[in-house]
Amino acid sequence: MGLPAIPIVSDPGLDETVKELTPEKIANVVNRILDNETAARFKVYMKTCVHCGLCSDACHWFLSNDRDPRFSPVGKVKQTLWEIIRRKDSLNPAFLKECSRIAHTECNVCRRCSMYCPFGIDIAYMIMVVRRICSELGMVPQFLQDTVNSHSVTQNQMWVKQDEWIDTLQWQEEEARGEIKTARIPLDKEGADVFYSVIAPEPKILAQLIGNIAQIMAVAKVDWTMPSFDGWDNSNMAMYSGDFETMGRVERYHHEAALKLKARRIVMGECGHAFRGAAYDGPKWLGWRQPPIPLIHAVDFYHELITTGRIKIAKKFETPVTVQEPCNIVRGRGLGQKLREIIAATCEDFRPPDPDFEHNYCCGAGGGAINCGPPWKTSRVKGNRVKAEQLAATKAKIIITPCHNCHSGIEDIVGGYKLGMHVKFFSEILMEVMEIPDEIKV
Amino acid sequence: MYEFVSGPLVWIAFIVFVSGMVYQFVTMLRSAKKDKVIYPYMSLKYSLRSLFHWMIPFASRNMRARYEVTIVTFLFHICLILVPIFLLAHIAMFEFAWGLKWGALSQVAGTYMTIIVVLASLFFLIRRLMMPEIQFVTYPSDYLLLAVAAAPFFTGLAANQQWFDYQTTVVVHMITGSVMLMVIPFTRLSHMLFFPFTRAYMGSEFGAVRNAKDW
Ligand code: SF4
Ligand code: SF4
Repeated sequence: MGLPAIPIVSDPGLDETVKELTPEKIANVVNRILDNETAARFKVYMKTCVHCGLCSDACHWFLSNDRDPRFSPVGKVKQTLWEIIRRKDSLNPAFLKECSRIAHTECNVCRRCSMYCPFGIDIAYMIMVVRRICSELGMVPQFLQDTVNSHSVTQNQMWVKQDEWIDTLQWQEEEARGEIKTARIPLDKEGADVFYSVIAPEPKILAQLIGNIAQIMAVAKVDWTMPSFDGWDNSNMAMYSGDFETMGRVERYHHEAALKLKARRIVMGECGHAFRGAAYDGPKWLGWRQPPIPLIHAVDFYHELITTGRIKIAKKFETPVTVQEPCNIVRGRGLGQKLREIIAATCEDFRPPDPDFEHNYCCGAGGGAINCGPPWKTSRVKGNRVKAEQLAATKAKIIITPCHNCHSGIEDIVGGYKLGMHVKFFSEILMEVMEIPDEIKV
Repeated sequence: MYEFVSGPLVWIAFIVFVSGMVYQFVTMLRSAKKDKVIYPYMSLKYSLRSLFHWMIPFASRNMRARYEVTIVTFLFHICLILVPIFLLAHIAMFEFAWGLKWGALSQVAGTYMTIIVVLASLFFLIRRLMMPEIQFVTYPSDYLLLAVAAAPFFTGLAANQQWFDYQTTVVVHMITGSVMLMVIPFTRLSHMLFFPFTRAYMGSEFGAVRNAKDW
């Protein structure tokens, strides 16, 4: 078909592991996963897909790579699962390496394709089956596996030690009190209304976001707490690598930390993949129909604070803004409307992207793709040209992205395509526009 | 030959079709129980909401974007289902065998609808050959299945128009029709059975769990 060669990326996670694989090892894992773990959906999807290609236009990878069929949703399943099933017992290691590249680095499991396939075939689920097989064989890109190892050892994604965690919170409390007298970060408070959790990159590299929250909570007079012990990290990269055992442990820690503190509900910071793990993928794996304590995303929380008047807007944000609607909270939780409402309440000049709401394009970073690290950055940015074009067309200056993955992914795109735009979390907008009563101002 | 294909073969075809469908259906329900998330997540309201948006032409975004495919697909499926059931010649055979009778399509309508199925099949074939993203995921079996679906209609049309030797065409028509019926449960033509369920599950998950639309 004369397709351009896919550049070879060296990644020790794949290049070294592949040397240890044998066709027998592969067959063992494949048979175990396909026979015991996957059931109805997998088989019915395989029987139902009529190879019509109608899902292609859903995928930003396909659109951005000049409609290269290898990047279409069904094309990715063809190159992985269909082959796995066809050659079940004679799969060679090099092929498994291809599977990992495709499943881990070239699909964001954003599920946009499910909204394009007439049968509602869940390609993201199929890709996750491939990741599961790859992970059981150790075929995971190194950076991604590193975060999983960190989860496994420290219960957080970034090897943050407990003393560093507490230290960071105290430092951020101090920063917040430099602005607002009543700002506190209450640790291990029992029975609080809100158990607030974050992803590990916040204390590690974006600590000011925690300080911001301390200020927002103080202004809104929220009764809240954070745990000093493990379970504070709500992110979950094991969910994306295919190591579901670790995923389950991480989610359990998170929910149990909130239970231990008898919190009334969990409010999660602005992250989509963390929310996905805590709200459905984790509970599903653990066999819970619902998380044990009600759990909401920051967007939901801000919406509540703003609409009930606990936070008043002093002056609207003037610079033109647009929004990146994170898959896992908009297509994944229907928070699109609330997100629009809080933007409308705080920003003067909003430029909606097209397409939007459930149909917005994925940031290209989610689903663990960005966690595959620097080796894969070039292909990832290339695979999301449509996003760059979509953002540029809004002519906005600021892109609001209430998700950490989106935030980093969009920053890469803004840089890669020289869009001259800036990315902000919603909390950063809120910090600029909320009214701080005089009596608590420093 | 004619006696065999118009009698026992048709019987066999019906039996294989019906029992095959029942078998697939039961297997699906059984394995759905093993897949722990399916039954707890299924919701009638959201299943119907999703099915509604995917059974009405242009009610979903992708159907609007690919309007030519939408038009052809709907015409193809409607004709493909209605023609065999409501063709006068078929009803006459049922009446002869079982004494059952129901309203028939007019001759002209039947002919045009058959032509639609044949042309639509041609459209699908050309699409498969011309578009790289479809070509890439096409196996020989995809052509075969298209041929299996189109053959009874083409031969039916040929018999009706007396293009070739009538007796032979009718026999071929009955064979291809029976083959199609028999393979439906065991090939991707079973999307006919699975469509409502895959869509309903996705609709339920998007609606009840994710509070979002899936069209
Ligand atoms: S990136 Fe999204 S649209 Fe593309 S195949 Fe993966 S889940 Fe589907
Ligand atoms: S997944 Fe759906 S849209 Fe894609 S090729 Fe299969 S049937 Fe067609």
